[in-house]
Parts: sequence; structure tokens; C-alpha cells
Amino acid sequence: MDPLIELNRVAFGYGSFNVLDDIDLHLHPGQFVGLVGPSGAGKTSLLKLILTLLTPGEGEIQRVRPDLRITYVPQIETVDWSFPVTAEEVVLMGLDHRRNIWPWPRRRERKRAREILERLEIGHLAQRHIRDLSGGQQQRVFLARALVADPEVLVLDEPTTGVDVRSAENIFHWLTVLNKEGMTILLTTHDLNMAAAHVPWVVCLNRRIVAQGPPQEIFTEEILSDAYKGNFIVLRQDDMIFVQQRPHPHGLKEVLPDPVEGGLPDHDSLKKTVQPIPASKEA
Amino acid sequence: MDLLIAPFQYEFFRNGTIAAVLVGGLCALIGVYIVLRGMSFIGHGLSHAVFGGAVVAFILQFNFYVGAVSWGFIAALLINQTVRKTTISADAAIGVVTTASFALGVALISRYRRFSQSFDAALFGNVLGVTPMDIAVIVFVTLAATFMIFFFYKQLLFTTFNSEVAQVYGIPTFWIETWFALILAAVIIAAVQIMGVTMIGAALVVPPITIRLLTDSFHRLMIYSTILGAVTGLVGMYLSFYVDVSSGASIVLLQSILFCIALFYVAKIRHRRRLVETPVYGPT
Repeated sequence: MDPLIELNRVAFGYGSFNVLDDIDLHLHPGQFVGLVGPSGAGKTSLLKLILTLLTPGEGEIQRVRPDLRITYVPQIETVDWSFPVTAEEVVLMGLDHRRNIWPWPRRRERKRAREILERLEIGHLAQRHIRDLSGGQQQRVFLARALVADPEVLVLDEPTTGVDVRSAENIFHWLTVLNKEGMTILLTTHDLNMAAAHVPWVVCLNRRIVAQGPPQEIFTEEILSDAYKGNFIVLRQDDMIFVQQRPHPHGLKEVLPDPVEGGLPDHDSLKKTVQPIPASKEA
Repeated sequence: MDLLIAPFQYEFFRNGTIAAVLVGGLCALIGVYIVLRGMSFIGHGLSHAVFGGAVVAFILQFNFYVGAVSWGFIAALLINQTVRKTTISADAAIGVVTTASFALGVALISRYRRFSQSFDAALFGNVLGVTPMDIAVIVFVTLAATFMIFFFYKQLLFTTFNSEVAQVYGIPTFWIETWFALILAAVIIAAVQIMGVTMIGAALVVPPITIRLLTDSFHRLMIYSTILGAVTGLVGMYLSFYVDVSSGASIVLLQSILFCIALFYVAKIRHRRRLVETPVYGPT
């Protein structure tokens, strides 16, 4: 089957500095691909090249068809949270504007937006201002905007940044469900454990592609150390993989001042120091 | 009642009021997008830039409107493209492009002193000089701007919210921003006679930020901001007539007073809400 998007020997830089070199990547229909790598590895630049927001300096990027429907969920930090829009209005932005020239949405458009919000379990928040939602709910609103356009390829830039573990798990759950239904998904993430648990194909990036394959093959101490230039511990239990960076080689003692002469406090002494707050008396 | 009707016996007041109401509403409508894009100073800057264009048009014996609108349009495009293609921020780009254009106007005025009198009116606004031709231009610009905002409402909304993402969703953001720059330049030219170059920036910004304090809804912000702009245009004209101050200054002062009232009201509401929501600890 032909890839939906194909990158051949792509290089890209800002000024004289190349942030991406010699990138060969094929995104096939129905794939769920996670891009991992340290900050500054070129993950967001690679997404923007795929979305044609940037133009490669070298190489070529081909789409299977010019009208391939791709939608994008940007990093949560790029959103202006004071902008006066409700969750529903954000979702409605994702609809094809050429089909309705009037400024107000048609009844069926609102129904579709509402259905997607309901599906992502935030239908009751449709009329809330986006600032008044939690991080996980905000992410789901932007996911809903991407889904309302009925995309063939869904691109997400760090969808779990700034959300708690449960919300992150929820987002990956929804992405897995969408992928099972046939949607092609490409995302970047810093959450290696979530990627190991949910993403079937991982691309490890640091200016170039360090390695790509299933998480069982990619999440090894050698590959991660090579990509992140750090020291990693990878634990495996049954089908699960846990990734943790090793602490600083000098340990905490040199980073933090000693609160107790002779070393760091043990657990019991910490327990004595931190007292639980007594419950307030009711009148 | 006589106080309200009496000024209408003068033709200059009738013309001026029609122009002030339309310009007030129009500036406030366009201003919503300007404020939300974080480009509040573009109105102030462009009004100075078109001043330079107007002087050049006068010297080259070009039509004032064609010369000034073209100049303002090019300045707005230059600002947009500088922000899009470089790391220079919007306020810096506005500062460079528009001040250079204004400086050109000032240089030409100081070189050809003979027409400095009429440009005083452009700087501070002159309601006495509103001609039927000016009203025709204002009506045309109002219709064009309303048409664009009505039929490109969703595209403008998405582009204002996040231009880069809007592009991914198939919105021709370059063309939307170019059209918007053209309309903005035309609005500023249409408003010069009433507001004066020095006051247009405030007329664009103050009504939207006042309503923004009171609502979190985009479409309500647009509707109420336009109404506020038009009403302050009307009331400002009466103030200008009875207190004998410049029309632009009276409109902007009135808008600023309403902004202060809205700010005070919102602060009071928030304070009251905090008192209700803050739990009281300790023995009771």
C-alpha cells in the first residue's frame, strides 16, 4: 500500500543551523506513529514540514493526493486562552468553511460538533469558555476540532503536555480507539512511558532519525542514550515497558544543600518534619 | 428635547453625526480583530502612515483617497509580512513601518509649508469639514467592511485565533490577512476626517476592550462593541457641539470614561465573588 505521506532525504534549518538532516519517513494508512526525542530534536519542525507550514531546505515531501485531509492539534502553549470563544465554537472552527458561507453554523453542523464532544465525554462543557476547562478537557476540545473535519491523518504536537497522568492516559486511550477505527495518527511526545504503552510504531529523533520500530525494539538503553545523550534505565515486565532516566551521576547530595549534617534526611525524619494539617472545626 | 434636536438644523452637524456614528461603529467592529490579534497599536500606527501617504498624494496631485488607501494598504501588508516572515514582533514592525511613513509626511509638510493648515484638520479631526463626498466614502467603506466580516466571519475568527493552525485547516490565511489589511486601511482613511489621525487608534481599541471586560463571547463582543462605538459617536458629537471641543477628542474621552466605569464594575463584581467564594478558616 502506498504511503499517505513520504519524506525523502529531507533536511531543514533555521538560518545556517540545520535542525533536521537526512529524514526518510513513510506514513502508511492506519499507522499510529509516535515521534520521541529530546527538546530541540526537531520534532515540531518535522510536523510543520509534513503540514506544509514549513518548506524543506533539501529533499522532498510527497502526499498520496493533494487533497489529503490532515488536521492538526497544536501544542497547548500556543493557544491564547483569553480568546473569547467557547468549547463548541472552537470545535466548529474545524468544519469546512466553504460548505457554509453564512457566519452562523447550520443545525447539522452544531449536531456534529455536539456528537464529537459527547463522544469525548465533554458534551456538557460545550458552552464553557476555553479558559474555564482543565488541561485534559482543553486537549479534548482541540482533539474534537480536529475530528470534526473527518481527517484521514491526525497530527498532534505533544498532546499530553501540561495534563495530569489520568488525563494523559485518557487522551492516549482515545487516540488508540481512533486508530483502531482506521485513522492514521502521527504525534510527538515527551512521555516515553505513554508512548511505550500505547504507540505501536516509534520514531526516535535527534536531528536525524536515530531508530524507528515497535517500542519493544526502540526503547532500549542504548538507543535512548544515543538519542537523548543521557543515561536511561529500561525495565520490562510482561508486555509493559518502563523508561526512567538515571539520576544525576553525582546524586542529589551535590545538587541540594544538606538539611541535616551528615547526609540527607531519612524517610522517618521527614515524616516528623511534615505534619498533617488538622481539620478545621465546624461551627 | 430641544437640546437634542436643535443641532440638527445645521448641515455640518447632520453630516458630522452620520459620519461619527458610522465611523464609531466601524472602528469598533474592526477593532475587535485588532485587539484580539494583539496589534492594538496598528490603528494608531497606520493612521500616522496614511498621513504620509495623504501628503504624497497631495504633492503628486493624486486623488486623496486613492493615495492614502494605497499607502495604508502597503504599510499594513509590510507589517503583516514582517511579522510573518521574521522574528520581529508586531509592535516593533508597526513602530518602524508607520513612523517612517509619518516622518515622510512631516518632512514633506515642512518642505511645502503652504498646505499645513488643512493637515491640522487631518491630525485632530474636523467635523465642520465633512462633505457629502466624505459621507459617501464612509458609507461605501462601512458596507465593504460589513460585507467582508459577514461572509468571512468564520475564516477571520479562525485566522485571528490561530493563523498557523487555520492554514492547516484549509483557510487561505494570507488572503484573509491581505483583505483585512486593505479594509483596515480604508477604515482609517474614512475615519480621519472625524476622528483625526491622533485619535483613530483609541476609537479602534477602546470599545472592544470595554466590552471584552463584560463578555467572554466572540459574537457578543462584535455586536456590543459596534453598538458602543456608534452610540459614543453620536453622544460624542453632541458633546463636541455643546462643549465646543474637537469631535475626535470628545468621542474618545467618552469611550475612555465608559471603559473606566466597566473596569470599576468588573473589579467590584470580582471582589464580591471572592468574598463569597473564599472559605473562612479558624474557630467560628
